[in-house]
Amino acid sequence: MKSSEKPGVSDVLSKINVKAFVESLIAIAIGFAIGAVILVAFGYDPVKAYSALFRGGLESTDNIAATLHYSTPILLTALTFAVGARTGIFNIGAESSFYFGAIAAIAFTNIWGNLWFGLLMGMILGALWALPAALLKVYRGVHEVISTIMLNWIGWYLMLYLIVGPYANPMNPIKTIKVPDSARLPLIGDTILSWGFFIAVLAAVVTYFILWHTTLGFGMRASGYNQRAARYGGINPKMAIIWSFVIGGMASGLGGAMKIMSEFPGYAISQGGANIYGFGFDGIGVSLVGRNHPLGIILSAIFFGMLKAGTSSMQQTGVPLEIVKVIQGIIIITVAIPGLYDLLKKSVKRGAA
Amino acid sequence: MDAGAIIFILKTSLMAMVPIVLTSVGAAWSERAGVVSIGYEGVLLASAFFGAIFAEMTGHASVGLLGGILVGVLFGMLHGALTVYLKGDHVIPGIGINLLAAGLVPFGIIAYWGTAGQHQLPDSAKLWHIKLGHNGEISPMVIITVVIALVTWWVLFKTPLGLRVRSVGENPEAADALGINVEKYRFWSTVYGHALAGLAGAYMSVDWLGMVHKTMSGGRGFIALANMVFSNWNPLISLIGGWLFGFFDALATWLAPKHMVPEQFIYMLPYIMTLIIVAGIIGKAKPPKWDGRPYKRE
Repeated sequence: MKSSEKPGVSDVLSKINVKAFVESLIAIAIGFAIGAVILVAFGYDPVKAYSALFRGGLESTDNIAATLHYSTPILLTALTFAVGARTGIFNIGAESSFYFGAIAAIAFTNIWGNLWFGLLMGMILGALWALPAALLKVYRGVHEVISTIMLNWIGWYLMLYLIVGPYANPMNPIKTIKVPDSARLPLIGDTILSWGFFIAVLAAVVTYFILWHTTLGFGMRASGYNQRAARYGGINPKMAIIWSFVIGGMASGLGGAMKIMSEFPGYAISQGGANIYGFGFDGIGVSLVGRNHPLGIILSAIFFGMLKAGTSSMQQTGVPLEIVKVIQGIIIITVAIPGLYDLLKKSVKRGAA
Repeated sequence: MDAGAIIFILKTSLMAMVPIVLTSVGAAWSERAGVVSIGYEGVLLASAFFGAIFAEMTGHASVGLLGGILVGVLFGMLHGALTVYLKGDHVIPGIGINLLAAGLVPFGIIAYWGTAGQHQLPDSAKLWHIKLGHNGEISPMVIITVVIALVTWWVLFKTPLGLRVRSVGENPEAADALGINVEKYRFWSTVYGHALAGLAGAYMSVDWLGMVHKTMSGGRGFIALANMVFSNWNPLISLIGGWLFGFFDALATWLAPKHMVPEQFIYMLPYIMTLIIVAGIIGKAKPPKWDGRPYKRE
């Protein structure tokens, strides 16, 4: 595809592959089915657990607002993985870029209490933390899976040090200092949902635009598809890889910053980093189910956001919330089955014959 | 540093070496056959959990170790089926296995023992140690690990079986032409790699740490992969690399309570070392040619 083409609505829709969509639905169904088997094995009632889960995410306006609230950070971390995947890179580093987006929100809004400044610094710190993995990949051939995981661990301990050290709250030892009033993302009505959700959706649309309608994005996708051919076509795969880490780091950094700047009533990082942990890993699942497509990711983030919003009501039925992570893991393994759709169609046909 | 500290660090480094070496020896064998997996982190965690259950149920740590191997074999068969037979991506299933284990283990600890986060094993479920002199002791697993690394190296580089395994990782077309069943060798190599990680995970709960904790794998699955790269996919060198990581692990454990530097910086050490090592201070590593690439018969 040429990068100069103007997209129409039908173009966009045709790019959301129906087969891919169905495959994601199958993967989700298998995830829930195996999750149910595990629940039964440990003596829980899966029907009760799942209905509480879905009601908790959808039942009322407040619950839907909660669903969108929870979908916001994972939408952004999913973009990190998706941009990488489109460039042929397994960027697992969203997790730690997210930490430094959060740290940036705390650190810089306390220097200048401006919302946009905080978001911008979150994006910059997120991108900077992603850069070493990009450079190691390009110049030393270090596999990004290993380097980003190591950076996640190093970032984790550095973040722990920063929140108990320089940014500890002298008035409240279990939290960092807060984001000042002037730099907080406004909430919508009486809900916990902030305008951050729309910023995240905008980020997905911008990412889509960059990937499919700019020369840079064309180069990134081309080098992800076939590095040798891309180089032959005059594209520098090294720059494509570095940009994919930078854009990815920016998305996660923005997510981390917004998480802290929009989180009523905290506006701070809590002890042990509890409120900023795990979003990067969730983002991988969101991205894979959204088929690494920014627009698919919006849908899949809302789905996973619903699961998150529903876990507390599921927990009230006595089921540990970790079962949701189990289901996510199974969904990802299922997504990895190539040609799931054709495979299923074949076996259905064989069964009917 | 007094003699006691030196003995403590030496002993702890040997114990910490075991899971890294076992996993990287297994991973090296599997990658020599051309199959990449990043799911070892999850296998370590899951087998630590199930190994502990088996050991507690039977009162024999050795049954726990076998249970760990079984968990590894099952994950290896899953990964092998997806990558070798269905020709799928090698990285994504590993991500899934890691996430699955990260959910299953904390869920299982609550569901099985009724406590959140961690569970301490009773002494009856822990592995016995070999007594040395008056008050010294060593875990048999340290010796078993060294033996496994030596034997794996010998089989991989000195026997026809090893030659065939390496050939399907270096040049599956040629191997196929010689009548070697590429898929069979790749599949069982994957299973062997994951089985060793399973043994390593169970060792962590029934021997070394004597407990199950929801984050007990602590990145060791990935450190093992880094060690595999460092050792150039050679089980013998993995022993040295694994001991080095064990040494840093032990050093961090010894240094942390002393408050000379903020403890967070000490805990970063093994991960920083891993980054430096994979960045190739020793010289650029060269993976098997067909590592991570599905082979389809024309």
